[in-house]
Parts: sequence; C-alpha cells; structure tokens
Amino acid sequence: MRTIAFREALREAMSEEMRRDERVFLMGEEVAEYNGAYKVSQGMLAEFGPKRVIDTPIAELGFTAVGVGAAQNGLRPIVEFMTWNFAVLALDQILNTASKMLAMSGGQISCPIVFRGGNGSAGQLGAQHSTAFESLYANIPGIKVVSPSNPYDAKGLLKQAIRYEEDPVMFMESEVLYGEKGEVPEDEYYIPLGKADVKKQGRDVTIVSFNKMMKVALSAAAELEKEGVSAEVIDLRTIKPLDWHTILESVKKTNRLVIVEEQWPFASISSEITYRIQKEGFDYLDAPIRRITSADAPMHYAPNLAALAIPDVARTVKLVKDVMYTKK
Amino acid sequence: MPTKFSKETYLYWYELMQLIRQFELKAEEMYKMAGKIRGFFHAYVGQEAIAAGCMTATQHEDPFITGYRDHGWALAKGTPPNACMAELYGKATGCAKGKGGSMHFFDVSNHFYGGHGIVGAQIGTGTGLAFAEQYKGTNNVVLCFFGDGAARQGILHESFNLAMLWKLPIVYICENNNYAMGTSVERTSNVIDIYKLADAYEMPADMIDGMTAEAVHDGVARAVKRAREGGGPTLIEMKTYRYKGHSISDPQKYRSKEEVEEYKSQDPIQKVLHTILENNFATQADLDAIDAKIAGIVEESVKFAEESPWPDDSEVLKDVYVDQTIVFDED
Ligand SMILES: Cc1ncc(C[n+]2csc(CCOP(=O)(O)OP(=O)(O)O)c2C)c(N)n1
Ligand SMILES: [Mg+2]
Repeated sequence: MRTIAFREALREAMSEEMRRDERVFLMGEEVAEYNGAYKVSQGMLAEFGPKRVIDTPIAELGFTAVGVGAAQNGLRPIVEFMTWNFAVLALDQILNTASKMLAMSGGQISCPIVFRGGNGSAGQLGAQHSTAFESLYANIPGIKVVSPSNPYDAKGLLKQAIRYEEDPVMFMESEVLYGEKGEVPEDEYYIPLGKADVKKQGRDVTIVSFNKMMKVALSAAAELEKEGVSAEVIDLRTIKPLDWHTILESVKKTNRLVIVEEQWPFASISSEITYRIQKEGFDYLDAPIRRITSADAPMHYAPNLAALAIPDVARTVKLVKDVMYTKK
Repeated sequence: MPTKFSKETYLYWYELMQLIRQFELKAEEMYKMAGKIRGFFHAYVGQEAIAAGCMTATQHEDPFITGYRDHGWALAKGTPPNACMAELYGKATGCAKGKGGSMHFFDVSNHFYGGHGIVGAQIGTGTGLAFAEQYKGTNNVVLCFFGDGAARQGILHESFNLAMLWKLPIVYICENNNYAMGTSVERTSNVIDIYKLADAYEMPADMIDGMTAEAVHDGVARAVKRAREGGGPTLIEMKTYRYKGHSISDPQKYRSKEEVEEYKSQDPIQKVLHTILENNFATQADLDAIDAKIAGIVEESVKFAEESPWPDDSEVLKDVYVDQTIVFDED
C-alpha cells in the first residue's frame, strides 16, 4: 500500500469532501496563499479557488463566529486553527453558541462544522503554545472530539466528520505528527467516530492512549515485551464519544489499566476513563488504575523542563511495572 | 546643519540599535548553526529605530509590553544581554529563569512586562497596566506594542474604547512591518491605514516613519506628553519592515528579494551612522570602537549562556502558584 504523510492524509480528506459537496469550504489563517502554516492545505487554493479556500485575518473569534453562523445556515465549514491554543479566543462561539444551538432551539438548528488544527506541545514552544485541549472540549455537551494518531485514521475520521457528522467536531492534530508517514489506501473509506482501535494485543496490562502519545504507549509496550510483559495497547482515536466498552473488554482480560495522555491531570480523559472502568469493571481490576499525564503546570521552555512535563517511555514502563506488582 | 537631537542621543541610538541587531544576528546563528536555541524565534532586525526612538521619548519607569518579537525590547529597557541570551538557551540565569524562551522575555525590574505569544492579547493587558498606573496615581505612561496582524483582533476595539472612556495613560504602537506571517496588510482589511482605527473612538492617532529614530522619537514624545498630562491614549502606526522571515522557519515566498533590499537601503542604523559622521559627533574609529565593544558584549552573552546551568528539574512544578500550600496532582 502507498504511504503518505499525515498532512497529506488530512488534505486528501478535505479535498475529496470538497469535490463531493459544494457546501464544504475551508477557512483560517494562512490556509490559502501561504498553503497552510503547516502545509496541510497545500495546493487547495489552486484547486478550489478563493471562494472555498479562504484566508482570514488574525481574528479567531470573528472567523469562528462566521463559521458557526454559516453552519447554521446550510453550509458545512471546516475552520482551521493555526493551533488549538488560538481557538481559546473563539471559545465563546464554540461553547456558548455552537455546542448549544441544537438545545436552545429545541432541535431546530444544528451546527455541522469541523474545527481542526495542531494541538498539544510541539517541542520547546513555551507555555502559551503547548496546551492539549481534548479534555477541555470533551467536557462540553453537544460537541465531539477526535484526536487521531496516524495518517490512516486521520483521513477516515476527518472525512467522516466533514460528511456525516451533523454536530460540531473538534479535530485535534499535532504539529509534530504532520510529517509522519503511514499507509493510506487509494480507495475511499470512512471511519466512524466513537470507535477505539486495539493496536496491539496483550494479556497482562492494558495501555490506553491517543494522538502523539500513542508513540509513547507503543514504545513502552515494546520495551515491556522484552521483559516478558504483554501489554495490550488501545488507541482511542475519538475522545468524545468515548469508546469505554473496548477498554472494558480489554481490562476484563488483563485486569490492569494504565492511561497515557498529554492532558493536564485534573478532570482529564484519564479521570473520565478511570471513573467509567472502576464503575463498570470493578471486579475485574487487580490493581489501581494509573495514569501518566502532562505535569500539572504550564509548560516551561527549557529543554529539560519541557521533556519532564510530558509522558515518556521510561516513566510509562515504570508505571506499568507498578501496576504489575501482583504478578511479581 | 545643526541637528535637533544631541550628539549623546545619536550615539545612544547607534549603540542601542547595534546592540539589538548584533544580538539578534548572533542568536540566530546560535539557533541555526549550533542548535542551542529552540522553539519559535522572531527577530527584530530592521525595526530597531522604533526601540531607539521610544527609549529616548520615555522614562525608565514607563512600562513596556509587546508580543513575541521581544528580544529588542528587553535589551532596550535594560535587561542585560547575558540574561537575554541565557533565556534563549533556556538556562536558569535567563530573564525568565529559562522558562519563557524567545517569545516570553520578562524583566519587571526594568519595567518590561513581556513577551506575549497570543497575537493581540497584550493590547488588552497593556490597557490594564495603564489602568493601574492611573489608579495608583503615578506619572507613568504605558507603551503597548503590537503588529499589523494583531491590529485585526477584536480585543483592539474593546481596549481602545475602554482606554478612551477612562483616558488611560497609554500609547498604542502598531509596528506595521507590512506582514503578519505571510499575509500582507492589504489582504487583512478594508482599512489599510491602521492608524485610522483610532477614529471610531476619537482617539488621537499618528502615522510615523518607523525606520527613522528621529521621527519615532518625535511622534512618541508627543503622545507620551499627552498621556502624562491626563490627555489619554494615542494610537501610533509605525511604518517599518522586518528584514528576516516571520520566524526562523519562514521560506518568505510572499515577498520579493527586491522588496527586502529596498527596505534595507533605508536602514535605520545606517541613517544614524550617517548623521553622526556628517556632524562629526564621532569618527569612524569611535564607531568602530563601539562596534567592537558590542561584539564583545554579544560574545560574552553567548559564553555566559553556555556556561550557565539548566533550571533544576524541580522547577517543572515551580512558579505555578504563589500559594506554596498547593499540592500538585502527580499521578
Ligand atoms: C491568537 C493567535 N493567532 C495566531 C497566532 C500565530 N501567529 C503568531 S505571529 C502571527 C503573525 C502576527 O503578525 P503581526 O501582528 O503583524 O506581528 P509581526 O510578527 O509582524 O511582528 C501569527 C498568525 C498566534 N500566536 N496567536
Ligand atoms: Mg507584522
């Protein structure tokens, strides 16, 4: 099968859906003439023209509002945030308008819009350019949150979000994954939201992760394999709706769960998973559910501080060994 | 022909602008060649006359606040070059203990309030600094800098309205270098003269040649005087140009080499140098000595940064709360 980069997978998803449906358009900072700050939309202006690939001024609140209004009035916008850090300026429109339209209007007005962009840390970018927002948005009723880890999933999920989702979708990418290559078939496919993917089968412990932290999870599992520990690794892919059934089925087999994520710890995705699994699978657990998250702090710039602030393989391996204590 | 400004002023301008430029060029080298600096890095090269003119038109106690293109502003306000270079390296001796990096220089002892990464945010925060000066009854005036791209954020309008309503002591300075990343000013609005945005609030406004230290000084001095006397805010649009890309990774396909050369031919440092020599304020040998001194300062800053320690690992959870009783969520 051919391999393409993550950014190309995203571009194909958008372009295919735009070819199919006139109502779909892409809007954001530097998406058109500059071909995208991270080159995701490269060539799209040339193909679709300025009516449908639209550069905006730096005005996140304004252009998000335009997207939300357009979605209420028959269009299917894709709004790119250069990164999700800047979407905070537009949170009012996302939280107070987009997520609540259907409820407030008694089901009359929906908001089929996809917001997408890089999310989380990307090296030493300092406090204001490093936040991972999945848990913040997942907390909001009315919106869906997707956070893929590889080009194949990214394409299928983005196509699904653009074409079939009638609710606002927050699509969280990663600047450091845009260049990652992966197998993506030529033939068209869609991946339904809300389905986790078991990336590696295992017996002894379940590791759940998503987005770029999947690399940490898989590398940790590989390390552990060498030491005779068989870890099952689950990629959530969609954060909300959360596919906890897949996690539960795995925990029934392994009886142990470790979650690796880039969120801040308080009220994070791991908090939610932990609640659900202890409730639905209490009798299956042989050890407390453990997690490794970002440090409970803004991310600092210095290389040692930045590295310590996010999960890594060594600390994940150690945590897994901690939950394996009953077998040692 | 007698000049309006003194010999001392010209020599100060020359030295400051050379310090900023040489510091930036060295830092860029340490980024690209040596990989010692990481993250986003936005150079101030080309825009130095604005720093020079603003410094001579203000007092040390006047707070300054800007965006991520901030190295020149810290240096101008008096942050030691050693602390600036160490910050770029991420060392404990940096002006933010290595926690901020290029985009987040801070030095409150020199009345420099940073170093902000969210485009336009400092327009509002700067307005708050000015509110506090008025509230405390000081004589200080805030200088609040932002780019042409930032001028399109909604916060500008709310801030302008509040500042005019309360006649806050602030000078808003838009450093219009004609590009926000790859987007030229005329692609961002129907109103391409940014100073006209003040009109809706009946705020005094000015458009100034930001490549000429004298013009910057005059325009800022007028606005600062008005603000100090209780006359409220002013918007100044400085026409300037960045010689370098938006950040280190910018391929700059949106502008031509000729355009860049055209602006370089109006170089603010060369203009001041010319005036100094023409008026015999200094000899070429004197200027060479200044250049050599600056080269030494910049070299020393690299040495200092190299030899400084990294922040202690425990700093990950420090400077998060003032409240030391907080227990962090560690697994
Ligand atoms: C709210 C927000 N949106 C987008 C960005 C990404 N970004 C960083 S700098 C920049 C361009 C700003 O241009 P301008 O205001 O003209 O300042 P200059 O870089 O020219 O000094 C953009 C889009 C950001 N940091 N913050
Ligand atoms: Mg600009």
